[in-house]
Amino acid sequence: MTLLSIRDLEVTYATEAGPVPAVRGVDLDVEAGQTVGLAGESGCGKSTIAHAILRLLPEGTRVTGRVLLEGEDVLSMSFGRLRAVRWDEAAIVFQGAMHSLNPVRRVGDQIAEAIRIHQAGATEGEALRRAAELVARVGLPARRAGEYPHELSGGQRQRVMIAMALACAPRLVVADEPTTALDVMVQAQVLALLEQLQAEMGLGLLFITHDLSVLRELCDRIAVMYAGRVVEEGPAASVLGAPGHPYTQALAGAFPSIGDPTDRRAPGGLAGDPPDPQRIPPGCSFHPRCPARFEPCDRVDPSLYPVDEGRRAACLLHDPARAGATT
Amino acid sequence: MSPVLEVQDLHVTFAGRVGLGAGLLGRRGAEARAVDGVDLTVGEREVVALAGESGCGKTTLARTIMGLERPRAGRILFEGRPIGRNGLRAYRRNVQMVFQDPAGALNPRQTVYESVAEGLRVHGLHQDEEGRVAQALASAGLRPPERFFLLYPHELSGGQRQRVVIAGALVLEPKMIVADEPVSMLDASVRGEILSLLLRLRDELGLALLIVTHDLGLAWTVADRVAVMYLGKIVEVGPAEEVLTRPLHPYTRALLEVVPERGGDLAGRRVLAGEPPDPTRIPPGCRFHPRCPEVAEGRAAALGQEHRCLGEVPALREIAPGHFAACHLA
Repeated sequence: MTLLSIRDLEVTYATEAGPVPAVRGVDLDVEAGQTVGLAGESGCGKSTIAHAILRLLPEGTRVTGRVLLEGEDVLSMSFGRLRAVRWDEAAIVFQGAMHSLNPVRRVGDQIAEAIRIHQAGATEGEALRRAAELVARVGLPARRAGEYPHELSGGQRQRVMIAMALACAPRLVVADEPTTALDVMVQAQVLALLEQLQAEMGLGLLFITHDLSVLRELCDRIAVMYAGRVVEEGPAASVLGAPGHPYTQALAGAFPSIGDPTDRRAPGGLAGDPPDPQRIPPGCSFHPRCPARFEPCDRVDPSLYPVDEGRRAACLLHDPARAGATT
Repeated sequence: MSPVLEVQDLHVTFAGRVGLGAGLLGRRGAEARAVDGVDLTVGEREVVALAGESGCGKTTLARTIMGLERPRAGRILFEGRPIGRNGLRAYRRNVQMVFQDPAGALNPRQTVYESVAEGLRVHGLHQDEEGRVAQALASAGLRPPERFFLLYPHELSGGQRQRVVIAGALVLEPKMIVADEPVSMLDASVRGEILSLLLRLRDELGLALLIVTHDLGLAWTVADRVAVMYLGKIVEVGPAEEVLTRPLHPYTRALLEVVPERGGDLAGRRVLAGEPPDPTRIPPGCRFHPRCPEVAEGRAAALGQEHRCLGEVPALREIAPGHFAACHLA
């Protein structure tokens, strides 16, 4: 059974300025033992999906569709069941580790607390022992479990957050921009750790980021989002190696290859900005910025068309009904 | 090429922190040597990238160049003349800074016009204010400029806000811009536009640019020369093609190993363990030696140089034409 299966998810925030559609019909699968990257720029809806998976969205938000965790719909389960599912089956690692840890408690105690709340039989001693094991598991000396968050560096705090997510041995870990605030060297350390833990524990990992270049190395599959929808989805190597959607192409081009003369003094990028979710352009939502747009793009909203083996893109260039008509 | 800016043996230190009790007893903490003897030049129409991890002193160096921090020792020369108490005002007109966070750099209650005109008013330049503001906005790619005059920052996109900040720098017709992580807060698809703008300003207005960044990919995209900083010192500097494709210093090599690239493979790369020590405790000898793979893996010892790595501060030596590195093994 698929570990995580999202079907036709729509999320609309209620704001003073009226409803804001953040996710507009998304399908996404994560198999056990698989790493899936979810990429896109700020406001594209990727973090909203992370929050929807564990029902962490603010009250009043309209959520429709299904979020199936090992076949069980998270969106319709009772609150008691949901509490058990959070941490035990799916855990989330957020971006700002400083703000997610309690500054006045030792990090080991904070991990132990998560264990004791979710594992009824665990004594305090057992929970602390297990916390120290987890701290060692994420590559910190076990004695650091006795320290306070301010005694740790940013990278070390992010390791503690990962240890905490693993506290109840979940099957799925959702990592929402876990390395964004970190320096390149520390980011590489944390990514290597996630990759190692994922392989050793057979986790399903949903890795959310704005930085496409990180995903290539980490992921089996990648989904690229724009304006609340997935616009391209498929194996990591083909999505980034030969993008099927002009938006993926532009995002991939924004990260230069050092040593490649074509990237010297030629910054890649797109004119314009992502659309305001309350004013999504008609037709293909990307058409106003698209360098490849043609006649019907401002009228026809493309669905995900097959591109090649296991890959789909929401672009009329791949519409089988138009094959050969434009290029 | 005569240098626009020349930094000579610059030192900037900060008082160390101590506990309240110790402070009351008059004890002082160890000094943090944030910038610890830096030489750097930026030539006319030159784009120099100053790269390094956070805490390496690159932002302190940029702030000191701008006159926002006072150096403990060393000199900063602008067009050959040392900047000091006299002429600081003219210097600040000639060298403008663009900060990282465009949302924080703009006053939310000021219109675009007011934000851009502020520099003119500070410097007492009242002639043809409107024309100068319009010209600066247009140069920053906000066209037609009049359409933006009365907008507030919240009505602009991230990319437009950064253009307003750049216009605020351009309005004084500077000779050089110091940009601290100018695109790190922007979305990937918007970054390229801002970098293209900076390159165009160099080509069209003849500006020199010093770009502070942690991103070596960005340095590859825009820089003529790259300087790599570690723990308060420049460890390697030279033409971008040289430094980024034929790095001489093990730290530069380590930074290049971890640049995520299309086609890279995480498993096969060597990642430095640990993090840089804090600048109150700079290691003796080569400051990089405790993390240096050449030392850890015995190559420094095999070359008979390990005692120097541990005990002797390496000088920045010219290894290839224009390409300097501070490493005993280079």
